[in-house]
Amino acid sequence: MATYIVRRLVAMFGMLIALSIIVFLIFNALPSDPARLTCGKSCSPQIIEANRQRLGLDKPLPEQYGAFVKGIFAGRTYGSGTATFDCSVPCLGYSFRKGEEVTTLITRALPVTAQVALGAFFLWMVVGIGIGIFAALRRGTWKDRSVMGAALVGYSFPSFFIGLIFIFLLQIKLKVIGFTGFVKFTDNPGLWFNGLILPWITLALLYAAFYARLTRNQMLETLGEDYIRTARAKGLRERKVIGKHALRACLTPLVTAAGLDLANLLGGAVITEAVFNLPGMGRLAIDSVVDSDLPIITAVTLLVATFIIVANLIVDILYAVIDPRVRLA
Amino acid sequence: MSFLEVEDLRVQFSTDDGVVKAVDGVSFTVDKRRTLAIVGESGSGKSVTSAAIMGLHNRKTAVVEGSVRLDGQELITATPDTVRALRGQRMAMIFQDPLSSLHPFYSVGDQLVEAAKVHQDLSTKAALAQAKTMLDKVGIPNAERRLSDYPHNLSGGMRQRVMIAMALMNGPELLIADEPTTALDVTVQAQIIALLRDLQEEFGTAIVLITHDLGVVADLADDVVVMYGGRVVESGGVEDIYYRPEMPYTLGLLGSVPRMSAGRQDRLKPIPGSPPSLIRLPEGCVFRPRCPYHTLVPGNRCDTERPELLPVSARNPEHGVRCHIKPSKRRELAAEKLGDLVEGTA
Repeated sequence: MATYIVRRLVAMFGMLIALSIIVFLIFNALPSDPARLTCGKSCSPQIIEANRQRLGLDKPLPEQYGAFVKGIFAGRTYGSGTATFDCSVPCLGYSFRKGEEVTTLITRALPVTAQVALGAFFLWMVVGIGIGIFAALRRGTWKDRSVMGAALVGYSFPSFFIGLIFIFLLQIKLKVIGFTGFVKFTDNPGLWFNGLILPWITLALLYAAFYARLTRNQMLETLGEDYIRTARAKGLRERKVIGKHALRACLTPLVTAAGLDLANLLGGAVITEAVFNLPGMGRLAIDSVVDSDLPIITAVTLLVATFIIVANLIVDILYAVIDPRVRLA
Repeated sequence: MSFLEVEDLRVQFSTDDGVVKAVDGVSFTVDKRRTLAIVGESGSGKSVTSAAIMGLHNRKTAVVEGSVRLDGQELITATPDTVRALRGQRMAMIFQDPLSSLHPFYSVGDQLVEAAKVHQDLSTKAALAQAKTMLDKVGIPNAERRLSDYPHNLSGGMRQRVMIAMALMNGPELLIADEPTTALDVTVQAQIIALLRDLQEEFGTAIVLITHDLGVVADLADDVVVMYGGRVVESGGVEDIYYRPEMPYTLGLLGSVPRMSAGRQDRLKPIPGSPPSLIRLPEGCVFRPRCPYHTLVPGNRCDTERPELLPVSARNPEHGVRCHIKPSKRRELAAEKLGDLVEGTA
């Protein structure tokens, strides 16, 4: 197990290097000139050239890539002579548009997204799996049909639509929830909750619908298995037959989906963040794409890739924990 | 009073195509230390019968009627939780395919401990000790080490032994074995049968053996019930069924068993046709469409009238048969059909 994890981590490292090179090359192959993008309308060729030098964009590509990687592990210094500034470890670049280090921007945005994502994740896992089991146990009845029908509706609506409906109904019409925006938990837990509850529900609805369907299908398949009959023949209570024997067998596909969905969301719940005006990773990514802010795009892409790769590793390890037939080698 | 009494058991399922009468008026009794074999083709209702005794049918989808009494206690009308508490405790069951019947994600020890703890107030340690003793008893070497193995680590025979150990954890008085040897190698089959016989001797268990393998029946059973189309078509002591069969279906079953004594040129004789649809059963005798002898009955009684399960003779009321053919004629047929197969036909 330990050697397996080490090997996977080494492979992950290799993948990230390859990925970073590709991302780096793609963005440099774009027709837009990164140096030109560092200043606004009142640009003069002199400023552009100065910025090009300060950012090291005049150097050959391999050297630029080397400086980028070095920045992550050792930090780097932009510019030369007196007009320099340090970008400390891990330096993911500097955004001229925003006038800030990319690392700073990400450390500000990531916690917001993480709170949105984790809250929604918890909500949709509990609700989705619960509904899925509920429906599977009542297969073919009107309860099953109505719950799964509702799930299909939830699954079909885009999240911006659900989000806007919530805002309109709960915040504007009924005024149950105030417009507080994002407030840090440490500043005011009540307002923090108030600001996040709608994004959580909006995101969770979408995913819960998918997980309910997944759980229901998986559960129905499992309930037909011989070992479920054995569990009943042992005299186990139905609660234990379902909650222990059947659910355990349903976990593998759920864990796969959950790992990848969560990793994806940590890279930014783009639409939900936009609808609820949350300063998270999604917003950061969208803004930087609109502004062609290359250092941010590069960093966000690499970060999301890291999340996905790590999630995959965790999912694979969980497989072996759930199913003893899986040998990690 | 027998330990297990099944009386006029009926099990129906509603499907989109109509009502499936899987079991229709089945009765039999089993005493402790006795083995009853239920024999029949696939779809004859034998597994549905055993599941009905155990209360394993979903009450929402299956209609179970009639009477099942375990040690005098009625199970059909009992609450689901009453029956659940008896399952694994006083009556236990083993299944055909031990690999799919054991949970793939839990260790052998976990599954045995769980079986013990449902019905006994035990510490995990005590339950583990009991599990080890039981594995020893069913002939699993290195029982201590096997406890931490998973089902996929074991061979087919070992898995079935684990299933048997699990069924015996709480000392059940009734053991239902649903095709316990079908999925196993022939040599392993013999071991499992021997094991069941030894365990019955030791614990005095009543055994209901569901099988289509007449060899297993001969080895293990005291009494035999032959099922066809959801009902009992012949029942009696194992000797009655083997040496003095009367129902044409039983004759067909016996004729389709390979025998060492038969010459090489003798082909196996399958029963022509296939089991009836349990949704639209024939009006008269359920075996009529496949019965080669229905012409022996005058008129078309076989087409119009359901034969009753009647005793063959006053001397042996235990041996019952469901057939319109005259008793003397039936015996003639049996002698003719089995004479060359069975030595010492009485």
